Amino acid sequence: MTGTQPLTDAAVGASATIAGVYVPAGLDDWAQQLQDLGFMPGERVTLMLRGRSAADPLVVRVGLSTYALRSAEAACVHVSR
Amino acid sequence: MQEAVIHVHRGGPVVALVGNPNCGKTALFNSLTGSRQKVANYAGVTVERKEGRLTTAAGKALRLLDLPGTYSLHPRSPDERVTRDVLYGRAVGERRPELVLCVVDATNLRRNLKLVLAVKRLGLPAVVVLNMADLAEGRGLHIDTAALARELGLPVLRTVAVKGAGSAELRALLDDPAVWRAAQQVEIGASAGDAAPREAPDGDHDTVRRMLERLGLDAELPQLGSDRIDRVVLHPLLGPLLLALVMFLMFQAVFAWAAWPMDAIKAGTAWVGQAVADALPDTGPGFWLSSLLVNGIVAGVGGVLVFLPQIVILFFFILVLEESGYLPRAAFLLDRLMGSVGLSGRSFIPLLSSFACAIPGIMAARSISNPRDRLVTILIAPLMTCSARLPVYALLIGAFIPPRRMWGGLQLQGLVLFGLYGAGIVGALLVAWVLKRLTARGQVRTLMMELPAYHWPTVRNIALGLWQRVQIFMRRVGGVILVLTVALWFLASFPLPPAGATGAAIEYSLAGRLGHALAVVFAPIGFNWQISIALVPGLAAREVLVSSLGTVYALSASAGETATALTPLIAHTWSLATALSLLAWFVFAPQCLSTLATVKRETGGWGMPALMAGYLFALAYGAAFVTYRVALAFGA
Repeated sequence: MTGTQPLTDAAVGASATIAGVYVPAGLDDWAQQLQDLGFMPGERVTLMLRGRSAADPLVVRVGLSTYALRSAEAACVHVSR
Repeated sequence: MQEAVIHVHRGGPVVALVGNPNCGKTALFNSLTGSRQKVANYAGVTVERKEGRLTTAAGKALRLLDLPGTYSLHPRSPDERVTRDVLYGRAVGERRPELVLCVVDATNLRRNLKLVLAVKRLGLPAVVVLNMADLAEGRGLHIDTAALARELGLPVLRTVAVKGAGSAELRALLDDPAVWRAAQQVEIGASAGDAAPREAPDGDHDTVRRMLERLGLDAELPQLGSDRIDRVVLHPLLGPLLLALVMFLMFQAVFAWAAWPMDAIKAGTAWVGQAVADALPDTGPGFWLSSLLVNGIVAGVGGVLVFLPQIVILFFFILVLEESGYLPRAAFLLDRLMGSVGLSGRSFIPLLSSFACAIPGIMAARSISNPRDRLVTILIAPLMTCSARLPVYALLIGAFIPPRRMWGGLQLQGLVLFGLYGAGIVGALLVAWVLKRLTARGQVRTLMMELPAYHWPTVRNIALGLWQRVQIFMRRVGGVILVLTVALWFLASFPLPPAGATGAAIEYSLAGRLGHALAVVFAPIGFNWQISIALVPGLAAREVLVSSLGTVYALSASAGETATALTPLIAHTWSLATALSLLAWFVFAPQCLSTLATVKRETGGWGMPALMAGYLFALAYGAAFVTYRVALAFGA
């Protein structure tokens, strides 16, 4: 049971630890922005709510803040399995 | 209805308020300067720098800058860039602040302190203001300010800005010369004059984490209350239903609650008009004075004043939604819909502000990071029905739609108003969709929007907000509306008809002739010459259409008879098709010069305002034409 998974695959309501933030090529701004919001390795993160079947957008809690993220954004955040 | 009042005070050292979005900078600014800038519970209320005067306990005058909130010194949108530029001393027309007040949300030190470290690294003297200290205590966070000050190497103060707590201590602290000197640990290469952004966010993150561990503040706190509300409010099915219900109730209330105060204002206006007419003679100069006062001012201004209760009710709902923290949730729910027309949920808040007035809405678009999305949001903002259009809608609905109750006790009038607001929204989505097909190929847009904890709206803030709206409205009534009404009265009264003329005097006046000329353009969409002439002063402010119609019809009435009540008059003289056509026209019409001027300022050229005026005019004419022809075909 090693390895990581994107936050979009995590179970709703379960707290997990961020392993890393990996941004697709061409979207380098996102790395800084996610970092600014507190998505940093080692932080605890929880997927609070998933939208309808298409799963967009999501509600994510990191630290003490709650954010609405598009699933493409949340997929950059990888959590320990 | 521009609400951003920028105070300019020369001289005195500059103190800047810096902090994360929604941490209470503007509330602190208001409590320190006695200003009444807008505060609400969502990120991005402040989108430009604002200045006020702050007097220290010893009486020293300081200039206090309120800056847009930012998560870091890496700006992602135009409003955050303002903050960075000011802190680096690059802002045009503003010198670098002598002191920074780092406002910190005490309930979220983990994220907020990172910005404090970045500001400290700039080498500017800084004071940390621990705001929302009461909320943190309520959640069981006991922050030792002395220990935090030692850890940060900066003075720390505790405040509850919305209640004004802690501002006296802050004023006293600002008299201490020690706080005006930079903390010693300025890192090499980041001296005060260095303009290049140098940051080590990873390092800062670990520093903050270790700091919070030492202070015993690293516990994860559940936010049970807000989470429980969110489970319902953001529910995939219940959420959208609730949003629709809230919007729907809002428009029902605008008609249902306003009836009594509106009748009172109408009765008051009629009484004043009659009293003035009785007091003044019917002949000679007295006749002209009487005509100016009764047909010009009372008929015109009174006609607009009557809509004050409806505007107050609309803003009551908007303020409660803003204060509670519901707005970002609404943006969340609408993100998918906005995404399908090439926008993100981030465009929702600027668009919602546009229901008050397009001008703050267009300015709020500064918080959108994607430049294309920002321009599209600006272009469609005027399609959101602004409060200045409410009097026009209310007049026409009141005159032509019967106050019938439908199934379930719903008011037909409220339903039609809901429909008109809906038509504007659908129009905006269609325009955005067309623009998406034309311009948005391969665009990626970010949402990353904070959902703040819910707060109970305070009676004081709601009352204050409503009072400000009443003042803004009364200033418009007493200012631009009064001036234009008087101007129109002159144009509609002179020149005098030739001897032996048969029609009403206004037919021979300058305004009458101009109206007849314009009516050639507007006849295909069913507007008579009275409407055509009233549209012209309506360019300055939309409500003026109502006051202008009041004046034009009052002057058209036979001499000696006071006609202060516009509603029954137009109900008898206009066809239903004309009324519906005018409603359709107002959903889209670009006739607000201050909006176009704001777009020019925000986009830096005449291209966008010209495009906006052109496409809105075409849409308005087209919609009115179709409405008029269809209504005629149905025999209306």
